[in-house]
Amino acid sequence: MMFKIFVNPLEKMDLQSPFSNSEAGGFVSFEGWVRSENEGRHVMALEYEAYAELAEKEGERILIEARDKFDIIEARCGHRVGRLQLGDMAVWVGVSAAHRNEAFQACRYVIDEVKRRVPIWKKEYYKNGDSGWLCPVEGYAHSPPERDGGSTSTA
Amino acid sequence: MNTAKTIELAYYALLREQRGLSSEKRATSAMTARELYLELKEEFGFNLQMEDLKVAINGDFADNDMPIHDGDTVVFIPPVTGG
Repeated sequence: MMFKIFVNPLEKMDLQSPFSNSEAGGFVSFEGWVRSENEGRHVMALEYEAYAELAEKEGERILIEARDKFDIIEARCGHRVGRLQLGDMAVWVGVSAAHRNEAFQACRYVIDEVKRRVPIWKKEYYKNGDSGWLCPVEGYAHSPPERDGGSTSTA
Repeated sequence: MNTAKTIELAYYALLREQRGLSSEKRATSAMTARELYLELKEEFGFNLQMEDLKVAINGDFADNDMPIHDGDTVVFIPPVTGG
């Protein structure tokens, strides 16, 4: 299983260790971290939930696609579920290849497709006590529209 | 023709919270996943539209208009937000 849902913290050394391969000339990884701000709101913690059976099936398909599309040696991905704190690693993607360009492209492909297709959901817990499942649907508000007081977004 | 069937439903994330359950068995006469969702939406007040959801039947993605059969496991998948 190259795509795996983890209940426990992602350990990059464990994730990276299967990659040792004398054919590889390069290794690219991407780490997604829990950050403290989203759309102007102060995030205190996150919760991820997965439909694990289908998430691992779809994730595996994405890794196979990456190997078909790009000249890489190996691709793996791990995604956390459960409650995460600021700075925790939520997702890890690693790709090895003979050459760097293919490794970068494949790594980008995997994280983009994981975000787009794999049945995993994120709930944000805010500083003001609100919480809500993110829901990128036109016209769908997942939590009350008012912003919490501490936000001074300059974007 | 008797169309009564029993479907296993599993709920995740937003739909799990709106339903107040992770899974249930449900007797239905719905012929397709879409008909089943409209039935659930009406009964439980789900606010996501069918067009916003994907459907999985027996552990893999399926078309919204795929027929459902007695004993199938059906999961309605809210927009995903992993990563």
